[in-house]
Amino acid sequence: MKRDLLLFTAFSLFIMVAPQIFAGGYLMNVLVFVGINTMLAIALNLLLGYAGQISLGHAGFFGLGAYLSGILTTTYSLNPWLAMPIAACVVGSLAYLIGLPVLKLKGHYLAMATLGLGIIIYIVFNETVDLTGGPSGLSGIPNLHVAGITFDSDVKNYYLIWGVTLAVMLFSLNLAGSRVGRALRAVHDSEVAAQVLGVDARGLKVQIFALSAIISSLAGSLYAHTMTFISPASFGFNFSIELLTMVVIGGLGSIYGSFLGAALLTLLPEILRGANDYDIIIYGALLMVMVMFMPGGLVRGVPALFRKVFSRKAEGGHA
Amino acid sequence: MLRLKNINTYYGKVHALKNVSLHLDEGEIVTLIGANGAGKTTILNTISGVTPASAGEVLFCKDAVTTLPPDKIVQRGISQVPEGRQVFKPLSVEDNLELGAYLRYRNREGKAAIHKDMDQVFSLFPRLEERRKQLAGTMSGGEQQMLAIGRALMANPKMLLLDEPSMGLAPLVVQEIFRVLERLRQENGTTILLVEQNAKAALKLADRGYVLETGKVILEGPADELLENAEVKRAYLGKDKKEMWER
Repeated sequence: MKRDLLLFTAFSLFIMVAPQIFAGGYLMNVLVFVGINTMLAIALNLLLGYAGQISLGHAGFFGLGAYLSGILTTTYSLNPWLAMPIAACVVGSLAYLIGLPVLKLKGHYLAMATLGLGIIIYIVFNETVDLTGGPSGLSGIPNLHVAGITFDSDVKNYYLIWGVTLAVMLFSLNLAGSRVGRALRAVHDSEVAAQVLGVDARGLKVQIFALSAIISSLAGSLYAHTMTFISPASFGFNFSIELLTMVVIGGLGSIYGSFLGAALLTLLPEILRGANDYDIIIYGALLMVMVMFMPGGLVRGVPALFRKVFSRKAEGGHA
Repeated sequence: MLRLKNINTYYGKVHALKNVSLHLDEGEIVTLIGANGAGKTTILNTISGVTPASAGEVLFCKDAVTTLPPDKIVQRGISQVPEGRQVFKPLSVEDNLELGAYLRYRNREGKAAIHKDMDQVFSLFPRLEERRKQLAGTMSGGEQQMLAIGRALMANPKMLLLDEPSMGLAPLVVQEIFRVLERLRQENGTTILLVEQNAKAALKLADRGYVLETGKVILEGPADELLENAEVKRAYLGKDKKEMWER
């Protein structure tokens, strides 16, 4: 328990001083995205890595949070701080109601159902032009501000987003280590066995689905208020798949893994920009190599790699 | 203590249990025997609420529990050790046991009482204590079966439903597990409903037995009478039972 707290404190400190080290205008913007994506990856990981339930529609919840916040603050001139919890409540309730029938499905069927859900939400964003602005998007969303500070620069946004992300991380770490986290892993492994021990497997699955949607919605609201412009393209099927990739590459069932996956998948395209037209090929190849050689994800694969390298050195370079 | 009245259970269109009635008194060990597909597991799953009955009544301590969901059944004091052990393989022995006390933790029951029960599980199965930090999936079949029973005991049940605890285990391990069941009845007064393929061993342990065939109870009675019953001998103990026995 103490070790966990130490690790989290160290991680938080690293996040807090990171801007001083990498202080670059554009990079700060990318790091803000790393924060948002970390939140989303954690949300999906709670569902997929812990409870073992897949969702290919999480970009939809992310988008709903963003659009609800956006519409409430522009069309209805609501205070952003009020719009955010309203959006989270609406998205959470919606996920709960949808989860009740949908989470009875398993495996491929659940993947299909959530995929459909994501696509429906995406279509609604595109077609309800009066409400959402349709494909051309919604602009003029106000920045958040508190006590005279307006979060309108990348550095300020960095601290805002990462503050919330760290809170989400701490909450998720606690949840994962608790009685509920244990029950989630039990449901993941064998639903029948969990049930006969008194775990209300179905109720728990729906609750974690709703919680996951709420965190995604929160990330969406923050996204809307930091970018001030949103369009449906950011919330499509592709992004759901990208989230799934972050969770798997980072490490299923690991909160820090979600950060690693989100960081890698957000930074990689920026790093590969120098490779011009070949970036997509290198990107794809890297992902394939990682899945092949680190099936447990970065969070387990990288330490194993280090151990391997160091033990080889200790043996005097023997292969 | 437990009474099933004219239970009918379906899997989709398959009529798995046909008017099954049976009862268990407090402190009894009762066994269900029968061939594959006779409905033994279905009876346990019907009691525990995993596959609820579509007609009939399940009474536990005089209350109807027929349509209660599994978690409410556990709450009432019935724990199931599912078929094929179903321990949580990626979790440690300790975590598996703590999961058995899931509802007690939820009901804010004190840690002291729960840990006392964990100590009892360790005294029944010392092997589990040696391996408390080990991942359940890395243990042998016998140890996993012990863990599955220990996990069910962590709910502090009045009644234990066991589904083929001897499946795929060495005879010595089976003996050890059956001895523990006997001890449980003596020390905790636990009522036990035991489903077994190993009819001979089960009937030797049990007070009474029910013989099932294609979803119906075809025979019931005291265990020692069933052991000697010509029909049971022929169908479930093998023709040359005597020879096997005296070997």
